Amino acid sequence: MADRDHRSVLFSRIRQGLGVSGDEPARRRAVDERVSRHSRNLVPRRGQLERSARIALFRTMAEGVHATVAEAEGPAEIPALIAAYLRQQNLPSRVRHGDDPLLSELPWREGAPAVERRSGRAEPADEVSVSRAAAGVAESGTLILLSGPDNPTTLNFLPETHIAVIKGDDIVASYEDVFDRIRSAYGTGRMPRTLNMITGPSRTADIEQRLELGAHGPKRLHIIIVNSSPEPQPTGGHP
Amino acid sequence: METRSSEFKENATRALHDAELQRALENVPRGFIQRRLAARDRLPEFEALRDEARAIKDHTLAHLDLYLERYEAKVRASGGHVHFAADGAEAKRIVIEIARRLGARSVTKGKSMVGEEIELNEALSAAGIQPVETDLGEYIIQLRGEHPSHIIAPAVHLTRDQVEADFRAAHAHLPRERNLDEAAKLVHEARLVLREKFIGADLGITGANFLVAETGTSIIVTNEGNGDLTQILPKAHLVLTTIDKLVPTLEDVATLLRLLARSATGQDMSCYTTFSTGPRRPDDPDGPEEYHVILLDNGRSAILGTPFQPMLRCIRCGACLNHCPVYQAVGGHAYGWVYQGPMGAVLTPSLIGLDKAGQLPNASTFCGRCEEVCPMKIPLPGMMRHWREREFERHLQPAAARYGLKLWAFLAERPALYRLATRLGNRALRLWSRGRPRMSMVPLAGGWTRFRDFPTPEGATFMDQWQGRRSNG
Repeated sequence: MADRDHRSVLFSRIRQGLGVSGDEPARRRAVDERVSRHSRNLVPRRGQLERSARIALFRTMAEGVHATVAEAEGPAEIPALIAAYLRQQNLPSRVRHGDDPLLSELPWREGAPAVERRSGRAEPADEVSVSRAAAGVAESGTLILLSGPDNPTTLNFLPETHIAVIKGDDIVASYEDVFDRIRSAYGTGRMPRTLNMITGPSRTADIEQRLELGAHGPKRLHIIIVNSSPEPQPTGGHP
Repeated sequence: METRSSEFKENATRALHDAELQRALENVPRGFIQRRLAARDRLPEFEALRDEARAIKDHTLAHLDLYLERYEAKVRASGGHVHFAADGAEAKRIVIEIARRLGARSVTKGKSMVGEEIELNEALSAAGIQPVETDLGEYIIQLRGEHPSHIIAPAVHLTRDQVEADFRAAHAHLPRERNLDEAAKLVHEARLVLREKFIGADLGITGANFLVAETGTSIIVTNEGNGDLTQILPKAHLVLTTIDKLVPTLEDVATLLRLLARSATGQDMSCYTTFSTGPRRPDDPDGPEEYHVILLDNGRSAILGTPFQPMLRCIRCGACLNHCPVYQAVGGHAYGWVYQGPMGAVLTPSLIGLDKAGQLPNASTFCGRCEEVCPMKIPLPGMMRHWREREFERHLQPAAARYGLKLWAFLAERPALYRLATRLGNRALRLWSRGRPRMSMVPLAGGWTRFRDFPTPEGATFMDQWQGRRSNG
């Protein structure tokens, strides 16, 4: 059978089971409305806090799942914080990052003169990546990363150490807040190719239920929160 | 995969006598139950979310045809391909066709119970394509030629010592004197070995935890990051999934995500929740060039409109397995197919037929813990009872059980005779006991006394005592 026939067989089986024809106007209306309204269900109160408490909760939750967190008073401080982290963790002074303006336009030469930088997607030999998180969710300490020309997804998974930079203003209460931002940036019903929700570094408990970090993804996740509203603003690829 | 569900009793007996397995199974309650409880207690809205989640899935299932239409249109609009498959054979044909067209020699796979259900690895190997399981637990059992014993922790039946032995045998190219004496070293070794496989793969196959009708998105939830390396590195990403994974909107996904990890592993969120929509975009520096979704039925549509429809709400968290005294005692392999524990006891007969899975609905003490912890409030014990009734109607139970039940029904409908029979039985048991409070052997009750003592009746039958009390009172 062709794919087409399999499709019609499947739909007729479903409709037979449900006892419907598929043409009922009320059913169609119910589905149209649910999708176009995309109403929120119950959103837990945990993350619904004013800005500074929200950022503090994000930090606590992220640290609770073995991420480390640093805060910068402005974008200019980011390169020095990255250099300090690399030294402190005894990591090579070499990072890979995307072309997101928040990262590529930083004062690297002044703040991190010894750090060698490459841009583009991650390669297997890369040990440290820096990427820009489009949002953070306070409720669970979750980072939101969106794929796009300036934000390769491989940076989030291939290197052993992942440094994510996020603006304090992008830390929101809930996943629902993130979805609202996505809709306003990409249009309703549209998504970037990949949206990664990342909550702590990679882990497994597959051997005797014992937690081990660094299964296949990064062993270390370091988050830098930039507290003041940074310039320049991102151009595309981000809400 | 090959079905051995009808041998549940034999499987269970073997499991109870397997010392190594029993040692490994001690990790189940320690690992899962306390963590789930703690995660639930940290979220005051948890119980209210369960009600909402149930309503989301019930609504979706009632409108499944229409949400599928929307989902399909959205996937195509984002540049992806949608394939429909009625059964496993059809799904495997589609996978192999895609793999061949890409010239694929090696395929990486994220953990997928649907893949297990249709024996995808066997089909790939037969077609000359090497399947590589990348979830650590799945990788371990692939090395051993076994099947998962738990839907979210496939290797939970193994001890660290067994895994070390498997790694030494499989990774013969590594120095023999290397130290593998702790789990962390085994995890690191798997990371290095599988890195090469991720980079060399031509096609990546994942399952899906959810499909979103609003956006045409497939979602996977993992802790290791293997599902992500599987889908972003090869030329094509293929999602092998079933029609019951659909939800209407992103907001609905948010609600289900808040329940999934908490119920499964006691995490607020799993490390990686990945939303994938179509193939790589024109200016993207990475990501798969092709994106395919195979929507498999394999018996799901036949569950719609039956008393078992609530089972299609299942989000595969595994909480019912973790809390089941039967699962804790015998492990997952005893269930003889892909799905274990209470959800397996209900779903397996629907998917492979009651005649092949008949004993599973009996693998229950009806303690009710599974329904209590199910984030989707699936009435699992009630549905196991449904299956038992059908088993009886269809004469699938052993003759002794059938005739025993018939005899009991005959007596129960005749109160005078019932009282006489219980009185006689009572007296006979007390005579046989010769004053002992419990008996290790009773004629015709060997099936009972082989595993536990039979208590000697204390005094007269219940009905006689009741009568006595009424006349005295």
